[in-house]
Amino acid sequence: MKSLLLILLIAWQGLAHSTCLTRGTGDMGIIIERASGSVLVIDTSAHKVLFRVEGLGDLSHASAVFSRDERYAYVFGRDGGLSKIDILCGTLDKRVLQGGNSIGGAISQDGKLIAVSNYVPGGVKVFSAADLSLVADIPATKTAKGKGSKTVGLVDAPGQRFVFALYDTGEIWILNMKQPDKPVVTKFTDIGRLPYDGLITPDGRNYISGLFGEDGLALLDLWHPEKGVTRILDHYGKGEQQLPVYKMPHLEGWAVAGNQAFLPAVGHHEVLAVNTSDWKESGRIAVHSQPIFVMARPDGRQLWVNFAFPDNDTIQIIDSETLKIIKTLKPGKGTLHMEFTPRGEEVWISVRDKDEIQIYDTESLTLKARFKAVKPSGIFFTNRAHQTGL
Amino acid sequence: MIRVGLIILVAVAICHTASASAEPPSSRQVELLYLLKHDCGSCHGMRLEGGLGPALNPQQLQALSIETLGMTILHGRPGTPMPPWKPFLSKEEALWLASQLKRGIQP
Repeated sequence: MKSLLLILLIAWQGLAHSTCLTRGTGDMGIIIERASGSVLVIDTSAHKVLFRVEGLGDLSHASAVFSRDERYAYVFGRDGGLSKIDILCGTLDKRVLQGGNSIGGAISQDGKLIAVSNYVPGGVKVFSAADLSLVADIPATKTAKGKGSKTVGLVDAPGQRFVFALYDTGEIWILNMKQPDKPVVTKFTDIGRLPYDGLITPDGRNYISGLFGEDGLALLDLWHPEKGVTRILDHYGKGEQQLPVYKMPHLEGWAVAGNQAFLPAVGHHEVLAVNTSDWKESGRIAVHSQPIFVMARPDGRQLWVNFAFPDNDTIQIIDSETLKIIKTLKPGKGTLHMEFTPRGEEVWISVRDKDEIQIYDTESLTLKARFKAVKPSGIFFTNRAHQTGL
Repeated sequence: MIRVGLIILVAVAICHTASASAEPPSSRQVELLYLLKHDCGSCHGMRLEGGLGPALNPQQLQALSIETLGMTILHGRPGTPMPPWKPFLSKEEALWLASQLKRGIQP
């Protein structure tokens, strides 16, 4: 009897495990299906959907980070939901509603902490990556109306730190989590009006916040925080009428090619080029419409740009050496996000209104494959696990 | 049958007069709600519960008339990121969207 039970138990365990994959995850990723609260787990080598994970709530504007073992994806939903997905098993491991309304997050240098940035109630919450239990709650500065400022542009930085900007009160904060029970916050105030997003350079040294309320960007050198926040590109857009902005640009994709970095201009049909040694403008590229993401192919040779409503059916590809547009693609309405394979031979593009993912060859600049996804938005590959700021 | 149809027509006409705005044709309504969900939603949230922009539920909009709300949609709010949607919407369409928001629609 005992042995029969044991056999049954082994058989049952075998079944339970058979639903999980036994493979490496380095060529995997996830795709957000924004309208249905689901996520596709994909194989980037086979161009195949492996799983659909459901029940993640409101995923408009959702983003994700990966655990350093590249097994788990942490998805930040608009409704304040933080979900941990096991991509080998295609299961929702854990989900907490940590805030009222959130806008992305980051994973710490050591991979043990997940920080989430909140619009409501404002501020940042830090969770254990293992079980999503709350580790620290950092409320934001109150606005004149008594509400906590919205926090944006949350990234990880070396030294077990997180950096983020406060939209309503115009601040940048560094949150040091070296001692998880004693978080230390360093505040920089008056950094400019309405910082709407932020990014950190791939070396983890410079944090840059885009400003909606005025021209230019705010720069914080994390090697020398004592020098404070400085303004860069403060002349761009001066004297020019800013166009209405139908979608805020994103700074997350830090496009660096050689000694130049490329940024979307707010309210202008331009991509800005800046010299990373002195942070002076080194050029402007006139593009199809207002850029949303400016992403460099991993080798830095090309920049792929998508655009705001009503021109969000287009992608333009810029040669980073000549700063010339080499191709204009029309993937379709609602071309929302792009993600390069780790070494850049392909780029995956989500086309919301066609309910599909299109895969382009980045050398021939032609469509290579496509597959169905329901209202896809963000695409995130596991190699992000090992990149500061992603 | 014709009579029932007539009664419905009259009822619809009365509703129209009450809200003082002409309804866009149903195919356009579908487009407008798609725009509301996905494009307005990029700032206000796909469920209109807020994001960088404020929530657009009836409680939040209580103090605003359909007319004011419609004008905000058309002309934007200077000094904030809210852009004018006039290039893409007629006045009637903006007022119709405003009335939907006041009713608490879930696009």
